[in-house]
Amino acid sequence: MVIQICGPGCAACDKTKEVVAAAVSAKGVGAAIIKVNDFQEMAKLGVFSTPAVVINGVVKCVGRVPKQVEVEEWLD
Amino acid sequence: MEPIQPAGDNSGCNCTKPAAPHPVAQRGLSLFNICIVGTLGLGLWSAVYAHLLPFSTYFAYSLLGLQQGSPLGDAVQFFVYDTPKVMLLLTLIVFVVGVLRSFFTQERTRKYLAGKRESAGNVMAALLGIVTPFCSCSAVPLFLGFVQAGVPLGVTFSFLIAAPMINEIALVLLYGLLGWKIAALYLGTGLLIAMAAGWVIGRLKLEGWMEDWVRELRAGESIVLERQLTWTDRLEQGRDAVRDIVGKVWIYVIAGIAVGAAIHGYVPQDFMAAIMGKQAWWSVPAAVVVGIPMYSNAAGIVPVVEALLGKGAALGTVLAFMMSVIALSLPEMIILRKVLKPQLIAVFVFVVGSGIVCIGYLFNSII
Repeated sequence: MVIQICGPGCAACDKTKEVVAAAVSAKGVGAAIIKVNDFQEMAKLGVFSTPAVVINGVVKCVGRVPKQVEVEEWLD
Repeated sequence: MEPIQPAGDNSGCNCTKPAAPHPVAQRGLSLFNICIVGTLGLGLWSAVYAHLLPFSTYFAYSLLGLQQGSPLGDAVQFFVYDTPKVMLLLTLIVFVVGVLRSFFTQERTRKYLAGKRESAGNVMAALLGIVTPFCSCSAVPLFLGFVQAGVPLGVTFSFLIAAPMINEIALVLLYGLLGWKIAALYLGTGLLIAMAAGWVIGRLKLEGWMEDWVRELRAGESIVLERQLTWTDRLEQGRDAVRDIVGKVWIYVIAGIAVGAAIHGYVPQDFMAAIMGKQAWWSVPAAVVVGIPMYSNAAGIVPVVEALLGKGAALGTVLAFMMSVIALSLPEMIILRKVLKPQLIAVFVFVVGSGIVCIGYLFNSII
């Protein structure tokens, strides 16, 4: 599983990364968490507000820090 | 006998797994309960707020026995009165704005502005800039999203100017420390600058000064994810905003008030009049130029503004300084450089800076 976290690297983006990492270890799934901080790459994914979480190429949330419960649901 | 369900088994049994996603009825507070708790909270808040002034004079002049009218006494009283007052106001407004913002998302704003033409678009964009959640690090994706959705460049700029310039924290602090007239002036002129500067940039037809890859975006599509929010979700967003913003800015507020208190008590009454008063014509542009590289959050700057005004600095000069500090910031320009050519950033700074200078002179001449 590939999880991309889009964000230029501000506090909200770091928080998102923490939440996703916590959800991944809580679920015990194998996943590569990649940070995307290039705006052009984000635009290609269709992401125009940050932070955003993309799982296996599917955009799951944009413009907010998700809750851990939500992320765990996406990982199912 | 009941067989043990293996984890992740998707059979009909509901008992081994926590029930399906968010049973809204149980999670959502009823609107009635929310109103009751809200009213009680607001009542308590007002009661505390009303007692701050008597408490501060009691504390400084009776409890500590300081002389009324002495520099130290005034400074202490100012600090003891202003700190809890500002923190109370801040908490309330950040909460309310946090809840309000749950009704606006960048996606919705973008969709709304996409169909708008200039002029009307500039007005809408500036207004939406106030209520749409925004932080300067998300300025670039937001800009890209607007361009891609076909929002005109000038309208996009109206939004980008209004979003940081009209800051709810600054607004509430101005209201709390200087009264509603100055708060209204700040709100009105901030909107005016955002609308006018965006309109001017639109008229200049500078689309060519966006980075090349940005202009090619229009073909792509953006992803919109709408969520259904309950009132509980919205209140949670308000609470999160309080924890986030108040937790981060309280130290600046206290530092700002401490500086304000020192100036209040110790700096002579007309000290600032010479360098920031109406007579010094150069003070408005100087205040704007000094303010551009400075980056302070609104919470920290307003108590300083209050102290400056109290010591004879002219209102226009101080407002210009404040707007320049919060609306034009170096970090935002550096991040915008990724999508805009330097010429466009220069135009942006020049147009907004000139707008702020005009406002400064206007106030200095009429008040």
